[in-house]
Amino acid sequence: MLSGASGRRRAALLRVESVVKSFGGFKAVNGVNLEVGAGEIVAVIGPNGAGKTTLFNLITGHLSPDSGRIRFKGREIGGLAPHVLCRKGITRSFQVVNIFPRLTVFENVQIAVLARERKTFRIFSAVQDMAAEEVHEILRNVGLYEKRNVESDLLSHGDQKVLEIAVALSGKPELLILDEPTAGMAPEETKRCIRLIQRFSGEFGLTILFCEHDIAVVFEIAKRIMVMVRGGTVVQGSCEEVRRNREVQRAYLGETGEC
Amino acid sequence: MKRKPAALLLLLVILAALPQFLPRFHTYIAAIVLLTGLLATSLNLAIGYGGIYQFHHAVFYGVGAYGTALMLTRSQLPAPLGLVAGPLAAAALSLVMGIICVRLSKLYFGMLQISLGSLVWATVYRWYSFTGGDDGIHGVALPDLISSTGGAYYYTLIVTAISLFALYRIVRSPFGKTLEGIRDNPVRSAAIGVNVKMHQLAALVIAGFFGGVAGSLFVVIDTSVFPDMMFWTYSLEVLIMCLLGGMYTFFGPLVGSSILVLLRTYVSVHIPYWHLFLGIILTLVIIFLPDGVLGYVVRRFRPKEGRLA
Repeated sequence: MLSGASGRRRAALLRVESVVKSFGGFKAVNGVNLEVGAGEIVAVIGPNGAGKTTLFNLITGHLSPDSGRIRFKGREIGGLAPHVLCRKGITRSFQVVNIFPRLTVFENVQIAVLARERKTFRIFSAVQDMAAEEVHEILRNVGLYEKRNVESDLLSHGDQKVLEIAVALSGKPELLILDEPTAGMAPEETKRCIRLIQRFSGEFGLTILFCEHDIAVVFEIAKRIMVMVRGGTVVQGSCEEVRRNREVQRAYLGETGEC
Repeated sequence: MKRKPAALLLLLVILAALPQFLPRFHTYIAAIVLLTGLLATSLNLAIGYGGIYQFHHAVFYGVGAYGTALMLTRSQLPAPLGLVAGPLAAAALSLVMGIICVRLSKLYFGMLQISLGSLVWATVYRWYSFTGGDDGIHGVALPDLISSTGGAYYYTLIVTAISLFALYRIVRSPFGKTLEGIRDNPVRSAAIGVNVKMHQLAALVIAGFFGGVAGSLFVVIDTSVFPDMMFWTYSLEVLIMCLLGGMYTFFGPLVGSSILVLLRTYVSVHIPYWHLFLGIILTLVIIFLPDGVLGYVVRRFRPKEGRLA
């Protein structure tokens, strides 16, 4: 479907062109091409060590590519620092929960809002209630409002993951990158997380690029899927195309290809 | 929470009344407690709130003191300029050392800072013609208003109170909160658009400046400076004050420095091996009160849903 409609597809928000990254002699990402259109939800799947996280680290500036190009809204962004990329509109969550553990839920989101508004260098105004309304709204949106005064260290794993997504969203990104958003979640929490991601995509037209091991989650959310194995792309296309691909079936879905 | 300002006001009144009934020596010690408290609190901005391994903070204390003493003894400029020059020199040095060190993180930052700081110490220690070498500078002439014991004490009290208030505001500003975020998670901070190194550098300069303020206060109180003030073992002592009082509370370092200064003053008179005492106390604190003395008190008595001050 989507490939047929490619003529109408909106301009690519993110374009990764034959990007290579090696660590010593090991090519973690080997000539990957990827295009993400504005408003799309794209999943990257593949076994452990396939290079998914490395690819994400390249896009968000935590690593810089050895060769190849990464373009965001038509501009070359390869090798820029993470905080610069965040200001350009790319934010992410991490595979391992990555929040400010000693700060409260409220403060976690508050810092992100202040960083977006470039207010973090103000040294003589009181931070206490700054941006409180917006922070409360974000927390209500993700369902963490009641827990706003809890030190985030004390939250459940699922809540922490959701908080991390909330922190990422507070930067009002155009492209949200999620590295295994539902890893380690209980089934109920996973459902909640999926609903959240779908809502944000629908309501705010957010472009989302994510990787995930839970294939059910991938097929439920993603509009397009890229399969990576050993640093390269095996297949890229709509859910149907990926589901039908024999190689993927063998490697990933089991012979029957049922999901 | 309204009891807090009231308690602070009461404390301030008591401190202001001290010289009226304390003998001169004890007034002097009270002033040393105050300025050392400021020194430890300024270090805590970097290490406790910023998570930056500021291992050689005494250099900024020393440069603040030497800057003031040299301006007062060697230049004909008005005295108030000298009192400001010390802290500014400390801030400038902090900026230069910060630019060099901030590209490293954690222990590597600390090691490089100790090396560079020791370089400054060695220069001061050897440059007899300018800094007085290992003798230091004695008998610095002060303006009349602050030259008496009482005058010097009140000057110290006022400057310390203003500086602590400023630091308190900074800690509770967006900048302070961002700094805490960087301490807890630099990767996450960068990913939400925070320029981590720039914030750390700013924190270092602020910490260096207030360390310098404490140094210039020492000149006012003691009318002398000596290279030992900026020897790296003193930096460790200031670090211990922060640990002892509690690094994650604002007033912790003040508590820690008071304990340490008073111990040194009153215990060392009777016991030559007072460092042994210090070692025992510190070991006990680290084992039983890992959050420091004040950290323990706050955790013990805080309201249920609240958090550390």
